[in-house]
Amino acid sequence: MDFYKHLNDNAEYLFSDAVDHVMVVAISIGIALVLGCALGVLAHRSPRVRPMILAVTSTMLTIPSLALFAIFIPLLGLGTPPAVTALVLYALLPIVRNTVVGLGTVDQNVLRAARGMGMGPWRRFARIELPLAWPVVLTGVRVSTQVVVGIAAIAALVNGPGLGNEIFRGLRSLGSPFALNFVLGGTLAIVVVALLFDTVFILLRRLTTARGIR
Amino acid sequence: MTATDQIAGPGASQAAATTAEPMIRLEELTKSYRGQKKPAVDRVTMDMPRGEIIVLVGPSGCGKTTTMELINRLIEPTSGRIHLDGEDVTTADPDTLRRRIGYVIQQIGLFPHFTVGENIATVPKLLGWDKARIGNRVDELLDLVGLDPAVFAKRYPKELSGGQRQRIGVARALAADPPVMLMDEPFGAIDPITRERLQNEFLRLQQQVKKTIVFVTHDIDEAIKLGDRIAILGEQSRIAQYDTPANILSNPASTYVEDFIGSGASLKRLNLSLVGDVALDTGAATARIDGTAAEARDTLESSGRSALLLLDGQGRPQRWVDARDLDRADGDLRRAGEPVSALVDTGATLSYALNEMLTSNAGVALVVDGSGAFQGLLDFETVMVTTRSIQRDSSDFYRAAKAVTD
Repeated sequence: MDFYKHLNDNAEYLFSDAVDHVMVVAISIGIALVLGCALGVLAHRSPRVRPMILAVTSTMLTIPSLALFAIFIPLLGLGTPPAVTALVLYALLPIVRNTVVGLGTVDQNVLRAARGMGMGPWRRFARIELPLAWPVVLTGVRVSTQVVVGIAAIAALVNGPGLGNEIFRGLRSLGSPFALNFVLGGTLAIVVVALLFDTVFILLRRLTTARGIR
Repeated sequence: MTATDQIAGPGASQAAATTAEPMIRLEELTKSYRGQKKPAVDRVTMDMPRGEIIVLVGPSGCGKTTTMELINRLIEPTSGRIHLDGEDVTTADPDTLRRRIGYVIQQIGLFPHFTVGENIATVPKLLGWDKARIGNRVDELLDLVGLDPAVFAKRYPKELSGGQRQRIGVARALAADPPVMLMDEPFGAIDPITRERLQNEFLRLQQQVKKTIVFVTHDIDEAIKLGDRIAILGEQSRIAQYDTPANILSNPASTYVEDFIGSGASLKRLNLSLVGDVALDTGAATARIDGTAAEARDTLESSGRSALLLLDGQGRPQRWVDARDLDRADGDLRRAGEPVSALVDTGATLSYALNEMLTSNAGVALVVDGSGAFQGLLDFETVMVTTRSIQRDSSDFYRAAKAVTD
């Protein structure tokens, strides 16, 4: 079969693009996790800034991805930096929202008991609040990752790395006999990457959730 | 660190208990919230003696929980001073202070992601105890609250029943051997049967640990049962009366206190008197159950009583007989008359004895000592006289008497 032969012939390129794709998603999610958690904690602690943070992060998701990638070209040029920036912005909302929800579901009496026993604010956060909110936060990260794995394909437009390059190669040569194979190959690889990430999250959830709340 | 070492040391609190200085002293303690005209807690001044259970009781919203949380500064006072063990802790570091004060709340608030052992170890870990000491302490405390360490230390809170969680909550508060415990309606969310059991366990535990305990409840019966001293609080946590349960029941300081105690004051007072404390009727006619009917009849006739109590070799009550029973006895007393009922120990409360009397048809309780030997009789009359002697207001006495008969 033609497509199968295409995969075989381009395995090397597909693989290196897939690795790039995984890298750019992982970096973006890593940054978004730190930033999103911080914003989530801020939103949880201060009811006054909460609507603002949630409004801004959800607005991000409504900006068309093509435009968001392009906006950063004048500031950051082409390549990985604008790609990662845009992906971080897309990843923020689910993480922020789930952090707020997760922290909100922590039993106030548990925190009252912790305070009453002389646990300081930092220890309370690190030992009680965060571990209890963590499964919900992690679910947010998982959703963000799924969104970002797809959108990362557009990053090829701003010369970013990843499997988007395969797809755009195909789109550029539309009409040629191989065009569809490139598009299909890239898309298929993205699906595989998405499934891989999901598997990792299932494992991560098992490993990082305390046994008492599993 | 020296302060925490001192309280953690075994026996430190007992040694200090001999001095007369109160464990907790509140001076003009006030808490006002912004935007509220009246303070939530208004100039509370109280001395809480060492080793006693002090119950703060009052209607919802009177500020009793707020008052308690001022002590470990979960709520910062607006003005006034707090003294703990002779030391002014009004401006001490709150976290260090709280590690010296055990804290139990109604919802318990066990950490769901920690095992039972880790929950109990919370404060010792904060104090930097070494692992071996913490492990020993956890086992010791689980034993103390009647849960097998081998079974429970590794469990998670969700694997426990409500009563077990409550016990772990108490064990966790006791972990670093704090001289003071604050308990906010700890038995409030538990079914009545388990609550009764936990209350009794709690009193037994206090016999061993002798902590100064500030206990908040809205239930006057719980307050009377558990408190060495009760503070009845009105609005803004104003102290309506602060005294022993017996004094509060017999001499309520105001109509507010009277209303709060409710109409059953005399009945409640019966919970405080033990059978062994009242004058028993020791003139009952008794005979050995292995004796003859003739002997028994002589004893009964010379006593002038209508019935005679048969005792076994150890002096334990066996059967009631009257003259006609003895006539029909044919020499064997073992099946004569009726088996005894309403046996009460000298350590039982009058309330319990009264209940036994009402449920038995003898109308009188047989008081026995720890080994079951007969001590004397307790009848309605004696209970009523006792009630009257502790109750100034006779109308309350009649109300109580009416309550008894229905």
